[in-house]
Amino acid sequence: MATYYSEEHEWITVEGDVATLGITQHAADQLGEVVFVEQREAGEEFEKGGEIGVIESVKAASEIYAPLDGEVVEVNEALADNPGALNESPEGDAWIYKIKISDASQLEDLMDLDGYKALIG
Amino acid sequence: MTDAPKRTPLYDLHVELGGKMVDFAGWEMPVQYPMGIMGEHKQCREKAALFDVSHMGQVILCGENVGEKLETLCPQAYATLKEGKARYGFFTNEEGGIMDDLIVSNAGDHYFVVVNAALRHQDIPHMQTNLDGVEVTEIFDRALVAVQGPKAEDVVGELCPAARELKFMETTLAEIGGVECRISRLGYTGEDGYEISIPETDAIRVSKLFLAHDDCEPAGLGARDSLRLEAGLCLYGNDIDQSTSPIEASLSWAIQKRRKEEGGFPGADRIQKELAEGAAKKLVGIKPEGRAPARQGVEIQNENGDTLGAITSGSFGPTVGGPVAMGYVAADQSAAGTKVNLIIRGKAQPAEIVALPFVTQNYKR
Repeated sequence: MATYYSEEHEWITVEGDVATLGITQHAADQLGEVVFVEQREAGEEFEKGGEIGVIESVKAASEIYAPLDGEVVEVNEALADNPGALNESPEGDAWIYKIKISDASQLEDLMDLDGYKALIG
Repeated sequence: MTDAPKRTPLYDLHVELGGKMVDFAGWEMPVQYPMGIMGEHKQCREKAALFDVSHMGQVILCGENVGEKLETLCPQAYATLKEGKARYGFFTNEEGGIMDDLIVSNAGDHYFVVVNAALRHQDIPHMQTNLDGVEVTEIFDRALVAVQGPKAEDVVGELCPAARELKFMETTLAEIGGVECRISRLGYTGEDGYEISIPETDAIRVSKLFLAHDDCEPAGLGARDSLRLEAGLCLYGNDIDQSTSPIEASLSWAIQKRRKEEGGFPGADRIQKELAEGAAKKLVGIKPEGRAPARQGVEIQNENGDTLGAITSGSFGPTVGGPVAMGYVAADQSAAGTKVNLIIRGKAQPAEIVALPFVTQNYKR
């Protein structure tokens, strides 16, 4: 099990060919209080860099961009009723998707925790 | 414009209180404090919140018959505005659009006018050019602080008993913390409260006196926006602009009867015609059924898929507990209860036209 980070402030924890994807605590703090999450449905495929959802805070909407190619295999339905969980545990219970990774070599483009910490300063 | 954003007399206090500073209309202002927009919003609805609104333009008008002269620029009855009273209004242009909205107070030996931050550069020359024989002086050495909420009377009244005696839309001079302030019982949150003009050298000290009250916390522009939206109050640049008429904006309540009948203000032809016949579009409240906020620019369609108009302000309403919005729709389809669809990111989301405000206004009349 390994966790990777994207420049778009997402984390991906990989177990075999399935991964869990969410946003980082830093991203959640920057967004402010989350009031709505628009998620894709299970079975939808996506490409690296594509928009795979929207997180709305009181003030503004922010897109979630796919950090690699893949397919949604499970959606965290709990976020629909409790979007505020994204502020409380964005790197824990408030994951956004379980995904199937199409091309594991794309993980090499992502950062490890030290790299991400350096990015956010 | 590449000028660095300006700072209000309360800037150091915002930083001390942990305010998240953003550039708003050329001013470095706190969008929120550590409490967060939701908490600050609820603080204002339930207790009291202090807002820095010093970025707005404070203007003194001196001369003979200032009220009558203001009536040549505004469709409000300012000639009959009694001493100690304040009245919401707007400058209209020759086409009947709204140039800016403002508050005018009759302060006895002068008139006191507050205009939007972004339009100071327009409004002050507008008054200087068109108010013959009136001395128009912009005030740069006073802060403007709003204390709003059901506990505002206690917060301000404990320091200044005269504040308790004011009713909604009344204004007076009174001492707070040993310094003379102009204190007006009004605001833009839908709650009871005050706007207080304070000499800049005392602004932080007096603000801290308010904040020392257990029921008063600082709130930023984020909460100010969600509060005014829930209260159904227009934001210039979003909900009203040079092209929208007061009738379209559902602001005919702000034009007094004599002015409606007599006219004599810029754009009176259009405004009187729309008063008689109605306008083609109307600003209404929109309540999305789901949780997705509908932001400015979102298209409004009827159930047949015809475009009715667009959202002009939309956010999450912390007191409502869901998304709230305002927008323009075709007047013949603007009745409360009408089902509409909002096209959010390409998908139709059901919503309903509702009467404004979303949250009952709580003024001390």
